[in-house]
Amino acid sequence: MSAVIENHHDDHGHHGPAKGLKRWFYTTNHKDIGTLYLWFSFAMFLIGGAMAMIIRAELFQPGMQIVEPEFYNQMITLHGLIMIFGGVMPAFVGLANWLVPMMIGAPDMALPRMNNLSFWILPFAFFVLLSSLFMEGGAPNFGWTFYAPLSTTYAPPSTTFFIFSVHIMGASSIMGSINVIVTIMNMRAPGMGLMKMPLFVWSWLITAYLLIAVMPVLAGAVTMMLMDIHFGTSFFDAAGGGDPVLFQHIFWFFGHPEVYIMILPAFGIVSHIIETFSRKQLFGYSSMVWAMLSIAILSFVVWAHHMFTVGMPLAAELFFMWSTMLIAVPTGVKVFNWIATMFRGSITFETPMLFACAFVVLFTLGGFSGLMLAITPADFQYHDTYFVVAHFHYVLVPGAIFSIMAAVYYWIPKWTGNMYDERLGRLHFWLSFVGVNVTFFPQHFIGLAGMPRRVPDYALQFADWNMVSTAGAFLFGFSQVFFLFIVIKTVMGGKKATGEVWEGARGLEWTVDSPAPYHTFGTPPKVS
Amino acid sequence: MGNKKRTVLKLSAAVAGMYLFSFALVPLYDVFCDITGLNGKVAQSSNAESSISVEGREIGLQFISHNNAGMPWEFKPSKKVSKIKTGTLYEATFYAKNTTNKMMTGRAVNSVAPSNAKDYIKKIECFCFAEGIELMPGEEILLPIKMVVDDELPENIKNIVLSYTIFDSKIEHNITMDHDGDHAGS
Repeated sequence: MSAVIENHHDDHGHHGPAKGLKRWFYTTNHKDIGTLYLWFSFAMFLIGGAMAMIIRAELFQPGMQIVEPEFYNQMITLHGLIMIFGGVMPAFVGLANWLVPMMIGAPDMALPRMNNLSFWILPFAFFVLLSSLFMEGGAPNFGWTFYAPLSTTYAPPSTTFFIFSVHIMGASSIMGSINVIVTIMNMRAPGMGLMKMPLFVWSWLITAYLLIAVMPVLAGAVTMMLMDIHFGTSFFDAAGGGDPVLFQHIFWFFGHPEVYIMILPAFGIVSHIIETFSRKQLFGYSSMVWAMLSIAILSFVVWAHHMFTVGMPLAAELFFMWSTMLIAVPTGVKVFNWIATMFRGSITFETPMLFACAFVVLFTLGGFSGLMLAITPADFQYHDTYFVVAHFHYVLVPGAIFSIMAAVYYWIPKWTGNMYDERLGRLHFWLSFVGVNVTFFPQHFIGLAGMPRRVPDYALQFADWNMVSTAGAFLFGFSQVFFLFIVIKTVMGGKKATGEVWEGARGLEWTVDSPAPYHTFGTPPKVS
Repeated sequence: MGNKKRTVLKLSAAVAGMYLFSFALVPLYDVFCDITGLNGKVAQSSNAESSISVEGREIGLQFISHNNAGMPWEFKPSKKVSKIKTGTLYEATFYAKNTTNKMMTGRAVNSVAPSNAKDYIKKIECFCFAEGIELMPGEEILLPIKMVVDDELPENIKNIVLSYTIFDSKIEHNITMDHDGDHAGS
């Protein structure tokens, strides 16, 4: 790094951001780009959420009520794709942009121009994806897992646009993760060894490696689809000597590490928040790091548990069952470490801590239903039912998304210089907490009772719980509009935050002023 | 600075490598299935004669036929269930008829259950080895299978099911476009 001479404490006017809209298009500042990522993911979260409202409204009562089945299929497909690739992943990249350089005492990300590019191609990817809704034949309708040949031979013509948008999202993620790794590997402040890095930085280092390993595989899978559709190849077409089951193997070879990509940064966030509000040092730092590493490595050898029912020899079923269950061990280590951190701490329950505690409880619950699904013989009963829907929504909504909300409440005073309204924050938490459980807990019951997923209509015996679930979904949905209001209110003003913000908060980001100056750590801090 | 460049290069190489790996998965998958017999596809056997013996036990053999979606042909085994002896050469036929008024090319894909019987079935001849079966409009054909089941077949396997699915190997993509053709109503 070329030495930047001036100290970050005396920031002059000309170091500030450019004026007007140009600031956002041309910016190479990690804080600006982090903000862009976070607002983009919030917008996608609301769009994907609106689609979820359409889905739940249709399922409010049995029978076809509001939308056509074809449109319903497009909604479930886009809801999944937008929430995963547009909601959760860019939100974590945004947090990484804001926090990783500040946490390791670096002045910016290592590759600022690429950083700008990796954000600005994202809106185009989602514009392409969403525009397929208005094309002849409609948007992709084969579910977010886009199994071939449903997504090749039997797919709507807009699938080509879908493939193109997945390519762009993949390129964005790959560039983002290269940036994160290069930053962490080369730009840590002197004295910050790998095992002294904050856990959020560790979690993102591992996540970035996972992304680099599997996003190219996803790109390969959609490229093969593209060739099957347009260039007469038969990768997934049995009539031409291909194999549709091969698609599922390739997809889940990407797909399983992908689910950890969406949860590892959450582990990092929650570790910081629990540490701060328990006013204790985190229990078991190095075991936390090793647990994340083992989860990441294991994630490459468990993929076929998503496809037990395709027909596998007993040996393979046993292997994938046991390797999947093995993941519960490092995950358990993390949960116990969080609880041990809270044990005999002077805990206060500000909004970030409420979300973090809910994360620990509800993510663990989602983990347990995951263990049930890992049991091969039982999975034949649960496969493709609402039990699966309940499971992955429990790990993604009160898991990944609660951690993102916790992170926003925890760091927003640092970002904006203003404290959020604690009363409104707590209200938002309780609305979300009740909403999420009312929505997804009943789905366990209807799933175990046999309701299949991805259906717009269902048998009468599932009617009551579906009605409850829909009521919860609307409560949860509208409380996120309330969240938007709280965030805007905080950006506009509020009680001024101190540099430390939270009593006893650890980490370099709390040593700079609030709001964080446009340029921080021009001179690297000394880490002892 | 040099350090950073090196990291970027290494990571880009990893990305390119993983992209190639995703394509390498295609042949790897075939090799893996071939070794383990996972997808139950029986390949042509070159040493089937060595499996012929005088002794042998009686097992049940069942043929199943499927038409893939959109494939209008009539396609069925001439005899569905039979008793055969292991170690004895067995011949069977499938009946196929192109019921459309267009020339079509079909392709049959085979599978066997239970899958661990796969290694003991030696096929000398099978229409499923052909890359395409061409039939003129209305043409009928008897498709041959010649096979031996090895004596070494595990004792607990008393019945073998051989399944064949017929595909239209020239099906157009985007079925939305060929609703008016011959495929309708199949």
